Amino acid sequence: MARATTTRSKITFTVVGWLCGLLLFFPILWTFLTSFKTEGDAIANPPYFLFFHWTLENYAEVQARSDYLHHFLNSVTISVGSTLIGLVIAVPAAWAMAFSPTRRTKDVLMWMLSTKMMPPVGALIPIYLIFRDWGLLDSRIGLTVVLMLINLPIIVWMLYTYFREIPGEILEAARMDGASLAKEIVYVLTPMAIPGIASTLLLNIILAWNEAFWTLNLSTSRAAPLTTFIASYSSPEGLFWAKLSAASTLAIAPILIMGWFSQKQLVRGLTFGAVK
Amino acid sequence: MGSISLSSVRKSFGTTDVIPGIDLDIEDGEFVVFVGPSGCGKSTLLRLIAGLEDTTGGQILIDGKDVTAAAPAKRGLAMVFQSYALYPHMTVYNNIAFPLKMDSQPKDVIDRKVRDAARVLNLTNYLDRRPGQLSGGQRQRVAIGRAIVRQPSAFLFDEPLSNLDAALRGTMRIEISELHQQLKTTMVYVTHDQIEAMTMADKIVVLNAGRIEQVGSPLDLYRTPANLFVAGFIGSPRMNMIEGAEAGKMQAKTIGVRPEHIRLSPTEGAWSGTVGVTEHLGSDTLLHIDADELGPITARADGEFAVRSGQRIFMTPDRARMHRFDEKGLAIR
Amino acid sequence: MATLHTRASARLMMSPAVILLFVWMIVPLAMTLYFSFLSYNLLTPGAHNFIGFTNYYYFLTDPAFLTAIGNTLLIVIGVLLITVIGGILLALVLDQPFWGQGIVRLLVIAPFFVMPTVSALVWKNMFMNPVYGLFAWIARGLGLTPVDWLADVPLFSIILIVAWQWLPFATLILLTALQSLDGEQKEAAEMDGAGAISRFFYIVLPHLSRAITVVILIQTIFLLSVFAEILVTTNGGPGIQSTNLTYLVYAQALLQFDVGGASAGGIVAVILANIVAIFLIRLIGKNLDR
Repeated sequence: MARATTTRSKITFTVVGWLCGLLLFFPILWTFLTSFKTEGDAIANPPYFLFFHWTLENYAEVQARSDYLHHFLNSVTISVGSTLIGLVIAVPAAWAMAFSPTRRTKDVLMWMLSTKMMPPVGALIPIYLIFRDWGLLDSRIGLTVVLMLINLPIIVWMLYTYFREIPGEILEAARMDGASLAKEIVYVLTPMAIPGIASTLLLNIILAWNEAFWTLNLSTSRAAPLTTFIASYSSPEGLFWAKLSAASTLAIAPILIMGWFSQKQLVRGLTFGAVK
Repeated sequence: MGSISLSSVRKSFGTTDVIPGIDLDIEDGEFVVFVGPSGCGKSTLLRLIAGLEDTTGGQILIDGKDVTAAAPAKRGLAMVFQSYALYPHMTVYNNIAFPLKMDSQPKDVIDRKVRDAARVLNLTNYLDRRPGQLSGGQRQRVAIGRAIVRQPSAFLFDEPLSNLDAALRGTMRIEISELHQQLKTTMVYVTHDQIEAMTMADKIVVLNAGRIEQVGSPLDLYRTPANLFVAGFIGSPRMNMIEGAEAGKMQAKTIGVRPEHIRLSPTEGAWSGTVGVTEHLGSDTLLHIDADELGPITARADGEFAVRSGQRIFMTPDRARMHRFDEKGLAIR
Repeated sequence: MATLHTRASARLMMSPAVILLFVWMIVPLAMTLYFSFLSYNLLTPGAHNFIGFTNYYYFLTDPAFLTAIGNTLLIVIGVLLITVIGGILLALVLDQPFWGQGIVRLLVIAPFFVMPTVSALVWKNMFMNPVYGLFAWIARGLGLTPVDWLADVPLFSIILIVAWQWLPFATLILLTALQSLDGEQKEAAEMDGAGAISRFFYIVLPHLSRAITVVILIQTIFLLSVFAEILVTTNGGPGIQSTNLTYLVYAQALLQFDVGGASAGGIVAVILANIVAIFLIRLIGKNLDR
């Protein structure tokens, strides 16, 4: 706001900013720290912050007792799979809408968005029954398809907003330069579209990874991704906080890192381009 | 070779006719400028020639061959876009080489042609850079480089200088003119700036609302505008248009006289008025005069012309260089 | 730029996405609608009779329905209040230059990436546990009686957890909007003699209004369907104190196996969400025209 930021205001905001940041981040930090405690230290009162007996055994235990890796791989399969399939379907659609718009393009986009707004309970019962009858309950295929469908509108939208930023004149220049449609796509469009496709991929893996309505309702064990697996810690009132923390840390770490990388694209992806 | 001929070319978007029907012949080696206000259809016309838009009707011939339905790449034309349309992910070298690669020319030929073009355009030191690292004028030259390596039968320019600042625009104008003199290839150039049209063209095509108002050399249009629109559009500052009794004396609905064809005197003249704002341009002085019976009139005097705002002044138009227009706005010869 | 043959292939390229989404939207919705008029319980096999609006009658007159609607609204409004106000304040702070700005930004947005079941369990156990939780420890340290959060104030606890997850979203969007504010506008206001506070209310807040609307609408869509946080922490309880509409429908369908009744509830939820969606679609649509 001011041209010459005074050192004093900078110090004030440094303190305030860091306080806010640490306060919001604290639950994650606390989970991370607790994952290295023994179960006894984890529930100690007063709590230990840094000076406790650091141990890795929770991580080993989580894997040994409940086959953590299996659920982790389920999460990877379902989130990456649903996103990739979604991209294969969405790229041509977004492409067409961005580069060959008709009068109806806008309506189609709006309609796609509206499907995203249907509350999941409106579809839960039929989907559950269909899945039960077709033997898709607790299957990775079923979850992949459902997550692909619920994120498809976001994928189309994100790609559309990225593609629309590629100036039409560049494609025309390629056409004038003698590029065939195939060459135009390979040499000109794809290289220019890759950043957009990459950030769409990243954001949708995050969304699919954290999706907790359909995964909780449609999976129990065999195909259960981490959302369902972690939820299973809630049923017995046992105090396995250290192990819960270890499992949680593993579940959120990869996605947190991806999220940090994609933070710039996050806003436009989540607001359908309404805020950039 | 590069003659282009349009016969009753039409273009409509939906129900609106952007171009109701145009006939035009462009000779080989000519520098033709399409000029007109924005929305007059000049860019659309260029894109029809390029093949970036489908024609609604009519025929386009290049070197006598009907290319109306041919793909852009098959027409042997090169285009320089308003935004330059450089490929942002390629180096300058690869940008210029791109059309040659698409044409599957051998590597050594491509290399030689790219380096030749870069030398002509002073880009040799920038070949490894990407467009994002270049200035506006350099990008412009890369776009031109990409066009010339193909040795097209004609160049199409779509308002290529409109994104440059005034000083650079002046330089680029000269560079493009020099290029034309060197290559002697047909150039079709679209602009809304009549100064660009006047300075560069062999032949100006004045367009308005999708129709050709007049075709001619810059001086033809300046000396003998065919109608009010051309008279008002060509020449800067604008021609003074006078209606009413004064026009009636010359048996016309409207008479026009250019600011530079008015002689000024503090003591005597055909018309009189009061000096309003004066603009001293150094070489010239522009006087905005509130003429007693005629309304506002702009006159051009030499740079040293001493005059004050509010002073009485007399004007004498050069009768031989006055223009007369009838009811429909057409010139009376 | 489009010529004829590009236009023809465009339609072909769009069709898979359009058809899939159409099926995904229409088929389940039609089935839900159909079930909602049937007497259909998974535990009582046999014919599913058409019973008209009976399911709706029972669902809408069930006292649990009103509680659930109330809870749904409380969650939406509570979370929105916290996230929008908190988000504006946080965004204003993050917009100032200070040391470590980039790192703080990362810390602030982190909660958004935590999966709902993890955040719910972490809060439930390590913070809100009445004996071992951090809140209990803080309370005892201040000489207060620890609160059994999820038993005594279950809805408030859930609002807190959900707000923690969504505060980063609001902050990030408002910050982005804030950074797009033209600096010259603020300087012009400063030249006109506006102080920091009137600059905020006359320049900054109006500039943010669009972003705030977007935040409210998008969050509302998601907040109407809060589910995992309730399932993992309170199971809708104690009693039905923290049951929202989504959870009520879930309980009716998958815990009581009343397909008909739950479907009626699902349709009610769809109608509620649509009211919000209409506003959102309009807003985004307007933006598309520019």
